[in-house]
Amino acid sequence: MTQTQKKKSTDTTQKKSPEAATIPNAEQTNGSEGSAASKAQAKSASPPPTARSTASAPNDHRLVGGGRTDNGRLMVHKTYKMWVGGKFIRSEQGRVLGLHNAEGDLVTHYVRASRKDLRDAVSAARSAQTPWATRSAFNRGQILFRAAEMIDARRESLIARLQEHAHLSASEATQEVDAAADRMFWYAGWTDKYVQVLSSVNPVASSFFNFTLPEPTGVVAIFAPTNAPLLGLVSLIAPVILSGNTCVVLVENNAPTVAIELSEILATSDFPGGVVNILTGLRDELLPHAAGHMDINAIASCGGNEAQDRAIQLAACESVKRVHFFEQPQTLDAWCSERQQSLYSILPFVEWKTAWHPIGV
Amino acid sequence: MTTKTNEQAHSRDMAGLLFGDLWGYAPSPESTDHVRYAQRYGHFINGRFVEGKDHFPSINPATEEVIAEFAAADEAEVDQAVQSARAAYAGVWGKMKPAERAKYIYRLGRLIQENARELAILESMDGGKPIKESRDVDLPLVAAHFLYYAGWADKLHYAFPGATVSSIGVAGQVIPWNFPLLMAAWKLAPALAAGNSVVLKPAETTPLTAMKLAELCQEADLPAGVVNIVNGAGRTGAAIVKHPDIDKVAFTGSTEVGKIIQRAIAGTRKRLTLELGGKGANIIFEDAPLDQAVEGIIQGIFFNQGHVCCAGSRLLVQESVAKEVIQKLRLRMESLRVGDPLDKNTDVGAINSRAQLDKIHELVQSGIDEGAHIHQSTCNLPSRGFFFRPTVFTEVSQSHRIAQEEIFGPVLSVLTFRTPDEALKKANNSPYGLSAGIWSDKGSKLFSVAGAIRAGVVWGNTYNQFDPASPFGGYKESGFGREGGLHGLKPYLEVR
Repeated sequence: MTQTQKKKSTDTTQKKSPEAATIPNAEQTNGSEGSAASKAQAKSASPPPTARSTASAPNDHRLVGGGRTDNGRLMVHKTYKMWVGGKFIRSEQGRVLGLHNAEGDLVTHYVRASRKDLRDAVSAARSAQTPWATRSAFNRGQILFRAAEMIDARRESLIARLQEHAHLSASEATQEVDAAADRMFWYAGWTDKYVQVLSSVNPVASSFFNFTLPEPTGVVAIFAPTNAPLLGLVSLIAPVILSGNTCVVLVENNAPTVAIELSEILATSDFPGGVVNILTGLRDELLPHAAGHMDINAIASCGGNEAQDRAIQLAACESVKRVHFFEQPQTLDAWCSERQQSLYSILPFVEWKTAWHPIGV
Repeated sequence: MTTKTNEQAHSRDMAGLLFGDLWGYAPSPESTDHVRYAQRYGHFINGRFVEGKDHFPSINPATEEVIAEFAAADEAEVDQAVQSARAAYAGVWGKMKPAERAKYIYRLGRLIQENARELAILESMDGGKPIKESRDVDLPLVAAHFLYYAGWADKLHYAFPGATVSSIGVAGQVIPWNFPLLMAAWKLAPALAAGNSVVLKPAETTPLTAMKLAELCQEADLPAGVVNIVNGAGRTGAAIVKHPDIDKVAFTGSTEVGKIIQRAIAGTRKRLTLELGGKGANIIFEDAPLDQAVEGIIQGIFFNQGHVCCAGSRLLVQESVAKEVIQKLRLRMESLRVGDPLDKNTDVGAINSRAQLDKIHELVQSGIDEGAHIHQSTCNLPSRGFFFRPTVFTEVSQSHRIAQEEIFGPVLSVLTFRTPDEALKKANNSPYGLSAGIWSDKGSKLFSVAGAIRAGVVWGNTYNQFDPASPFGGYKESGFGREGGLHGLKPYLEVR
């Protein structure tokens, strides 16, 4: 509760009563018609708006979301929750953070995950891991393919959200969403191939049949990129889970709500609960707990600063965690490049098992 | 088979053993008069043997006599070694034609084969392992490792499909005392094949053969600075790990030190591979060929005095055959010959050091104190040197220290189970995950258990087999990265 706040985050702590934090604010959404209209247009999944929301008074903390549709209908307010164990949950602490638009207006709240939320997510991920890993590679592939389908199916909505919450232009947002669907599709195809490409039969000099194959490492904590809120996330989650790992993703960026939108997509892609768990919150707050958690096997991190990366490495040694830092591309074009998808991004999160058996009659 | 016939069979076997006792083996020690080594060693830096300071003795654990003295490198000496490695990497090795690198590594393999006998004797003198193991296991594997990786040096681009590979730079490597030369080979061969230069530190109780290896590097005319070997203990190792110009750290040793190393490189982008401790489960199902299984149990725990990170130190026996297996095991244990490592008939040699012997005593005492039943071989132990009787604990429960902690000695803990599921749960109930053995005649059971065990090496109906083509390494707190095989190249390459 006493963690330092990021400058864009407003901590509106309302213990055990997140509704109270959002609903009264929602009613204050008057006097910013432009913003409300823009939001409404996006929510209706119509073609993305071309105009940004008009300026309103800075630091005027009003919810610009939850506005009206084109035909003047008051929209139902949406609460951005986290996705843990297949359920959409609020933080057990009831803390939320505020998301602001380019003009500084409060757009919506999202959850600030607590240490307990992290532990719950790890336990959900652990329970889901063996069942997920023991599904057939074909089946895991089908589910990842389905996720790619669903990204495409919610394309307009994602484009709108990236514009509205991540302040992308229409063309940037379109580029990111399309690349995200394609990236998911690309990795989906690896589930039943990576073992074949990477395993080996070893010609040992003695009379043994000897082979080596990759197996998932277990539960992986992912510190999501601080940019590319959709594509960055897909680029890290897909190579981790395709082999049979489960993950707990911590998102802190300028549009964590996009991660929640993604979780809504994954939730309708037949992922068993707990395979992917998405927490929103503050990296600095949860990092030591995740890096030191004894039931997390590996950490994937992207976009952290030097101190954060070092803190991960320091705490990780307690359980000899595998730590892999993904270099964060600085531009959307770089994120979209095919160089960002690789068979070798799967490797940091697999273990090699070598098996021996005598040959003889 | 009824219990009664079992007992009859037992007494027949005992008769066989008595026969063995009556007709004991005459001593058959390997002669040492032809081995050559210096009384004092410094370090091997930039292709030359250099003087050092702060010398410490390395003793023969079977006689407690000093073999030679070795210098302990400080930060400045480590820095010289790293600088020499960097210069060799940048100037020669990194840009050498891969086919030539291959031939240098091949030379090392051949020279090791040519000098195998001397090296095996020195290995047994310095480390206490039986000559039949250093001669028949360690040395052949050492040579094979160099020969295997020599062939990779000019074929690296075939190893990782779709990727481009390049060398990393200077590797800092710290190795343990249980397989001194073999661990040096596991570290050096893939590093050199991938085009990196090396600073290696052998363990302070077994530095002798590393110095002989340095001589072979000279004989091979390996370019100066490609391989640098510094002697010393923890401080020297720390200096290597922390040196800012080291690009990659490879460590084999205890999990405790592995964690310290992982912490020490935090905040850097040094690559790291760790091959750490283990508490391997050796699972005997009731449908296993029991006599073969007993040989496997013996091989699993008494090989190299149990100084093996992948030792099968937790025996899990199915309840229905537990009595029979333990009976056969105790009988077989009784026939192990413990003694002079240089004697060709010795099965179990000397414990590597006084410190290790003390640790084994301490853990064995904890087993007794916590209520496990101890069974020890009744063999005579030499009056001098560090020796420990082959020991089996029964009535061990999972919470006992002897079921949890790595003893790294000839001490086996026996637990029982009823169902395959229980066996799996017990096998995986460990922070370690290096190795496991499974004994069963039923293929589907073997595959299913092997798939569910969280361990990097799984031996089915065998134990403690090694080969340069076969990747080795752990899950969980047994470390990460692989050594051996194609997969052992990866830690020494940038793969994009």
